[in-house]
Amino acid sequence: MSNRIDRRTLLKAGSALAASSPFLAAPALAQAKVEVSFFYPVAVGGPITRLIDTYAADFAKENPAITVKPIYAGTYQETIVKAITAHKSGTPPVTSVLLSTDMFTLIDEDAIVPFDDFIKTDADKAWLASFFPSFMENSQTGGKTWGIPFQRSTIVLYWNKELFKEAGLDPEKPPQTWAEQVAFAEKLTKRDGANTTQWGLQIPSSGFPYWLFQALAIQADAVLMNKEGNRTAYDAPGVIEALQYWVDLSRKHRVHPTGIVEWGTTPRDFFEKKCAMMWTTTGNLTNVRTNAKFPFGVGMLAAGKRRGSPTGGGNFYLSKKASRAEQEAAFKFIQWITSPERAAKWGIDTGYVAVRKDAFDTPAMKEYVAGFPAAAVARDQLQYAVAELSTHENQRVTKALNDGLQAALNGTKTPEAAMKDSQAEAERILRSYR
Amino acid sequence: MKRPPANPAVSRLQYRTQTRTWIHAWLMLGPSLALLILFTHWPAVNTLIDSLYSTPRPRRPARFVGPANFEQMMADPIFWQAMWNNLWFALGTIPTSIALALLMAVWVNDRIAGRTLVRMAYFTPTVLPMIAVANIWLFFYTPQYGLLAQILGVFGITGPNWLGSNETALFAVTVVAVWKEAGFFMIFYLAALQTISPSLAEAAALEGASRWTYFRRIQFPLLMPTTLFVLVNAVIGAFRTIDHIFVMTRGGPDNATALLLFYIYQVGFSFWDTTYAAALTVVLLVLLGLLALIQYGVLERRVHYR
Repeated sequence: MSNRIDRRTLLKAGSALAASSPFLAAPALAQAKVEVSFFYPVAVGGPITRLIDTYAADFAKENPAITVKPIYAGTYQETIVKAITAHKSGTPPVTSVLLSTDMFTLIDEDAIVPFDDFIKTDADKAWLASFFPSFMENSQTGGKTWGIPFQRSTIVLYWNKELFKEAGLDPEKPPQTWAEQVAFAEKLTKRDGANTTQWGLQIPSSGFPYWLFQALAIQADAVLMNKEGNRTAYDAPGVIEALQYWVDLSRKHRVHPTGIVEWGTTPRDFFEKKCAMMWTTTGNLTNVRTNAKFPFGVGMLAAGKRRGSPTGGGNFYLSKKASRAEQEAAFKFIQWITSPERAAKWGIDTGYVAVRKDAFDTPAMKEYVAGFPAAAVARDQLQYAVAELSTHENQRVTKALNDGLQAALNGTKTPEAAMKDSQAEAERILRSYR
Repeated sequence: MKRPPANPAVSRLQYRTQTRTWIHAWLMLGPSLALLILFTHWPAVNTLIDSLYSTPRPRRPARFVGPANFEQMMADPIFWQAMWNNLWFALGTIPTSIALALLMAVWVNDRIAGRTLVRMAYFTPTVLPMIAVANIWLFFYTPQYGLLAQILGVFGITGPNWLGSNETALFAVTVVAVWKEAGFFMIFYLAALQTISPSLAEAAALEGASRWTYFRRIQFPLLMPTTLFVLVNAVIGAFRTIDHIFVMTRGGPDNATALLLFYIYQVGFSFWDTTYAAALTVVLLVLLGLLALIQYGVLERRVHYR
């Protein structure tokens, strides 16, 4: 980075530091240490915090002038609360990993800067172009790049091969179409009188049902929102059709539990053989691999009119209120941590999708995929992936959809009425952004 | 203000002691008053002022909108649902937890085998962090293999999806709050029961009063000050206990378990509509103020203090 002003301020600060401290080496060698505070969304210590700590330490070894200080800030929701509160009080973290869908919210709060100003050399441009395009959809708007994909995921189907065999299905073949999905689920549902002991399929609907529903909507060839993030189409015919399909799974075909299916316990239901197929994030891959006591398969979601899944997960953002030197340092760290080797390692260690194509060409990833082909499913599904629902006032607009979905799933409203209500609410919120 | 006294020396002395008492009093009151003003009264006043403005956005600074936030509230179906939910939640938790606490306290006040153990068992839920409690109950309520489902399964009943259906979700989170709070209230009742002189029990026994008469005529009236205190706490709890909502339902399904404070949090820190959240907070403040007025103004007069 050949920013003249920057280097001068760095040198000046460096010599000032050196003058004030007798312990520092000769002024010519001294550099001002830049500290990059880094909010990372993880609730408790464990393997992931250890990984991040290792990355920060390794980066410090290669870049002695920069200290990256990870701060573990809780869930995504808690992290953005903390980041925005810190922004409002004037001392935000230099960089944070937040949901890619919070892009519009962060822009509206005037909390982040686009990455475009930092991308100068051809190498920088090549780096930016290396990310999977479907991950960039939630990271760019208005011709600018606001987020850099880091821990990204999509929804995939997990199925229990043992139960497939028991039901007389080919354990290697997951359902390919919506009709097949219902037919398979019917065979996989076990009833004991009025009691169902095993469900064919489970699609979680607690907390953020919109995300899983968006997969159905994409498969019905419906688009939930526009690129500008100021218009939704919750009551489009395709959306209602998708919701009807979901509701029918439980109320008509009775192959899916009624009411709200808890996101958190769904993997456990799968381990306990209470459901034969489940939809959940690729981020659960490592969890399922460790805890499933039976052979399982991972596959793309079944196709309706087309295949599809929304992307999900978190992006790196740069804080607007940080100094230019801090932003530059953070940018360097972000480039470093998303290099092909590290993106591959991150994907292998966590189960998140490696965010760039060339990460899958690294020897480490090739070996991993050869031993565990399920890891490549998410990558292969990416070509059908669509940006996750994200608008201005994102949380409020998605809540409007969540409420409607839960009302329809619980049978308090018909899919059509529920989606009409959701759309009216979203319309009311978004009107002022046009 | 005062007429000049006859003897100037005496008056000076009087004046000095008076000033000293004043200074003393203010010094004593000062620290807590400062804290109260800084962290309770000032924010409350600020909240009221904020609720009359529009939420500032970087490109649109806050401007005075008068009662617009309150008008929005009147038209907001989720606000009304949260109010109704909170009413049912309060009606579900307050009488139940007080009655349970009283029952448990009277029971463990007697000389029964393993008394300390039982007392401890009743108090345990209070000591546990609410987040942990909520996670335990999450397992109880899990359909199919959760504790409740397994117990019902023995009798051949398919339990409902407790947290997942609109009909049962609010009831399910109410039970958790009762379970959590009853043990805490029991401690107050237990302490109060210990202060009742045993001679009263002996006298009642001599008179041939039944256990129920003794409770109704002697124990319960003597416990009234404690009941008032517990009632005040239970009412506050009914509006404040929302930690388990975050873990168990996040206000869902379809706002069936959205309580007022939870909705305030959501509006304030998920939607960042801070002034609307302020307006909602004003409603909560007024509501709690009214309840406190009723409790101290009306009920306290009927409480028998010794």
